[in-house]
Amino acid sequence: MPKITYVDLDGAKFECEVANGLSVMEGAIANMVPGILAICGGSCACSTCHAYIDEAWSAQVGAANDIEDATLDLANERRPQSRLTCQIQVTPTLDGLVVHVAKND
Amino acid sequence: MSSIAIIGAGQAGMQLADSLRRGGFEGSVILYGDEGSLPYQRPPLSKQFLLGDLEASRLNFRPIAHYEKLAVTLRLDCAVTQVDLQTRTLAMANGEQAAFDRLAFTTGARVRKLALPGAEDPRVCYLRGITDAQAIRERLATARRVVIIGGGFIGLEVAAVARTLGKEVTVLEAQTRLMPRVVAPVVSAYFEAVHNQRGVRFLLGESLTALAPTSSALGLTTASATYLEADLVVVGIGVHPNLELAAAAGLPCEGGIVVNEFACTRDPTVVAAGDCTWQRNILFERPHRLESVQNAVDQAKVAAASLLEKPVAYSQVPWFWSDQYDVKLQMVGISTGFEAAIVRGNPETGAFSVFYYLGERVLAVDSINRPAEHMAARRLLASGGLLAKELAADPAADLKTIIEKN
Repeated sequence: MPKITYVDLDGAKFECEVANGLSVMEGAIANMVPGILAICGGSCACSTCHAYIDEAWSAQVGAANDIEDATLDLANERRPQSRLTCQIQVTPTLDGLVVHVAKND
Repeated sequence: MSSIAIIGAGQAGMQLADSLRRGGFEGSVILYGDEGSLPYQRPPLSKQFLLGDLEASRLNFRPIAHYEKLAVTLRLDCAVTQVDLQTRTLAMANGEQAAFDRLAFTTGARVRKLALPGAEDPRVCYLRGITDAQAIRERLATARRVVIIGGGFIGLEVAAVARTLGKEVTVLEAQTRLMPRVVAPVVSAYFEAVHNQRGVRFLLGESLTALAPTSSALGLTTASATYLEADLVVVGIGVHPNLELAAAAGLPCEGGIVVNEFACTRDPTVVAAGDCTWQRNILFERPHRLESVQNAVDQAKVAAASLLEKPVAYSQVPWFWSDQYDVKLQMVGISTGFEAAIVRGNPETGAFSVFYYLGERVLAVDSINRPAEHMAARRLLASGGLLAKELAADPAADLKTIIEKN
């Protein structure tokens, strides 16, 4: 299973194995990573699974689609690295991915 | 140390438990549910889950370990049958009793059923919970002809799934247009065309008057004496709020459990949140009931704040969504009482918004495949809804910038 490292707001690292096909958000929820709230359950409606993709992984992860891009406007402190983790599907090419949890309260 | 009982383990109940802990509550929190499952998401039930694209395990909001970590006690197969606000005890269907200090009703709603002879046939299905969706999914596997009663969100989402799976689909709607309670005629017409193009047949202004189950099919007769046969009937004709428990406990109920803008019932130590409430929101003059994820979450947060004695008035603008095929309908605000519907963009392109005005103020906006306009509209309504009609109607006007400047 691909390994994903979630870095929370306090800098704590959570190294998690996440099954292919799940979303990066689902991986965070299953592993109780603090700060990924996902209030809408992954419908790309609320922006509370917002995270910053580690710069080394930007190209692999790619850009947000139109709906996600619009929804990201609701997020706190949007940056170029911002993504909604519910919209990123885990695949073998994301093994080793590092994401930094944003302020989602 | 005090204890809080939350009756109803849906989205609002889960959010309430979560918000209590995040707000620093250290007493006991017990979440009562009667479906036997961890709190799960309902919206996918009529969408990806029904299509078979999502396993049941992925519907859960949180793993069981999350509740353990939060020290929320789960009683998930435990229907509460009675609440006594004097003695502060509740009774469960299994005969157990439990004491509480403060209480939350997040009891949700249940489907309205067809009141016709023959409607108890197992091929007549409703969609509310996961077992309902599983039953429909199983029947869809072998059904050829699917008839849907009700052209609202549930009916149309199920129609889209059934059509995608190659079924012969007919939708009966009692009104003369689709989703009549919530959207303008231009939006109804657009969705009618979308479904028509994909082969869905509509019988509008039609209701079911007789149901004749035989071993091979369900025979359906409409008010205009049209006869059709179905292997599966899915009924989506609205819901009843689950208010009986609160009413029997002596709490005022109208179109739901009556709560104020702090999600408090008449008893300030008893709150209610989600689909079961008849609420006031400081943005709206009239009390109303909302059946939505947004309301479940936001009202549950307000309810938790009240129980924590740090009250915050509910002031969120309501929003909703519906997915049908690849069309995303996003709605914000409540259009009831609008005088003018201004269309922005061309519906024939498959991407447009409708701005509902009362006087100079926008009450609501529906966006079809226009997520950026939906998000801009959420901001607009949260800040009072003042936008010149010419700007609303002009697709070249940059709404986001205009609204941020206001």
